[in-house]
Amino acid sequence: MDAILNSPVAEMLRDPILYIGLGYGLLLTLQISVLSIVLSFAFGTVLGSMRYSGFPVISHAAATYVEFIRNLPTLLLILTSYFVLGLPAMWAATIGLTIYTSAVIAEIIRGGLNSVPTGQWEAARSQGFTFIQSMRHVVLPPAVVKMIPPIVSQFVTVIKDSSFAMAIGAYELMFKGTILAAKYWKPSQIITIYVVIAMAYFVINFAISMVARRLQTKMSAGRGSIGSS
Amino acid sequence: MSKFIESIGFLQEGPFSIPRWEALFSNIDLLGQGALVTLLVASLGLALALALGTVIGVMSTSHWRFPRAAARVYVEFFQNTPLLIQVFMLYNALPILYPVLVIPVITIGIFGVGMYHGAYIGEVVRAGIQSIGRGQLEAALAQGFTYVGAMRFIIIPQAMKIVLPPLTNQAVNLIKNTSVLAVIAGGDLMYAGDSFAGRFGHYGPTYVVVGLAYFAMCFPLAVLTRRLEDRTRGS
Repeated sequence: MDAILNSPVAEMLRDPILYIGLGYGLLLTLQISVLSIVLSFAFGTVLGSMRYSGFPVISHAAATYVEFIRNLPTLLLILTSYFVLGLPAMWAATIGLTIYTSAVIAEIIRGGLNSVPTGQWEAARSQGFTFIQSMRHVVLPPAVVKMIPPIVSQFVTVIKDSSFAMAIGAYELMFKGTILAAKYWKPSQIITIYVVIAMAYFVINFAISMVARRLQTKMSAGRGSIGSS
Repeated sequence: MSKFIESIGFLQEGPFSIPRWEALFSNIDLLGQGALVTLLVASLGLALALALGTVIGVMSTSHWRFPRAAARVYVEFFQNTPLLIQVFMLYNALPILYPVLVIPVITIGIFGVGMYHGAYIGEVVRAGIQSIGRGQLEAALAQGFTYVGAMRFIIIPQAMKIVLPPLTNQAVNLIKNTSVLAVIAGGDLMYAGDSFAGRFGHYGPTYVVVGLAYFAMCFPLAVLTRRLEDRTRGS
């Protein structure tokens, strides 16, 4: 027992500096992720609606953006925001993630809107519903049900990809952990630090994944067969 | 023409000036080598991911509890932690655990993306197998097929149709994710671009060309994904 308590790993794990360092890293990770998610949701909604709208120029502009950005690595977008746009590290990570994630969310939103058969839209309009009324009461309710689970699981991707910010020296969880790992020299200590970081990511992301999965089963169960397919 | 070009400010100075483009294109073979490494890592990584994914997918639809639980743990771990930390663990922990082994960085890249996307492909395969319906498996077993034989000849060929669109989508993500190798000096396209840009400060043109190269690799697969999706929906 004493051997375990006095081992280098146990000594390191008792050191408050470790948790303070990782805690600050985690805060920045969450800050970058939450900001990116909020911004991506806003831009993604605009882009998705633009593409769904079918107006020639607007729709094509959104489609071009989405198709181009979705085929680029997130890391490249973060590096570009940092080195070419010259943003400070934290904002470069946020903007890089937002550029990418808004393209993904745009596709989710378009997919959700497209899943509502056009007949329902036409029926609503023919019954005298205005554009906004038919959106609000006919198209959006089933579409949103389709959108929410994939958007929630996209949160997991954003949190994971925020670790790319270490490439531009933002002190988020992954980079903080790597710096702390360099302070210790015992292999067992270094591995332990990586395990602790992985667990921190895992706890957050697993919780979000569970929420996404529960929403998926709940929503698909509560809807019956109407409008699905 | 040259007068006209001289009058355009941003081509003369700033991050996208002509000398920077010239410097980049006289060193374009650096990026070419990086692109070859990326293609190598992506293709071998995809092969590994497909193999792992098939095993995981079959395990998670198994009758027995143990393989099901093992597959679940694998998928949850790899899907819920960043690829970067997995690669770092491989990069830092493996040489420590096995000091005799000298693992080339490219191998770490292949195993990194292969194991990460193996988890996603495992979920895709599981969904494919489950879409076929228990009855067919039971019928096959009743006819004297072994479990593996039933999978091989009855379930998997049918599941392929459902599985193919998300699989090509995973291939796109895998190509993009090989870029994490840049963080551990893996010599891939992103690393080649980043180190060239960093040496002379030619970030603008380099990232444009690197971006176009990734786009050229991914876009055909993205188009294929859409085609396959339309076909599955149509049938």
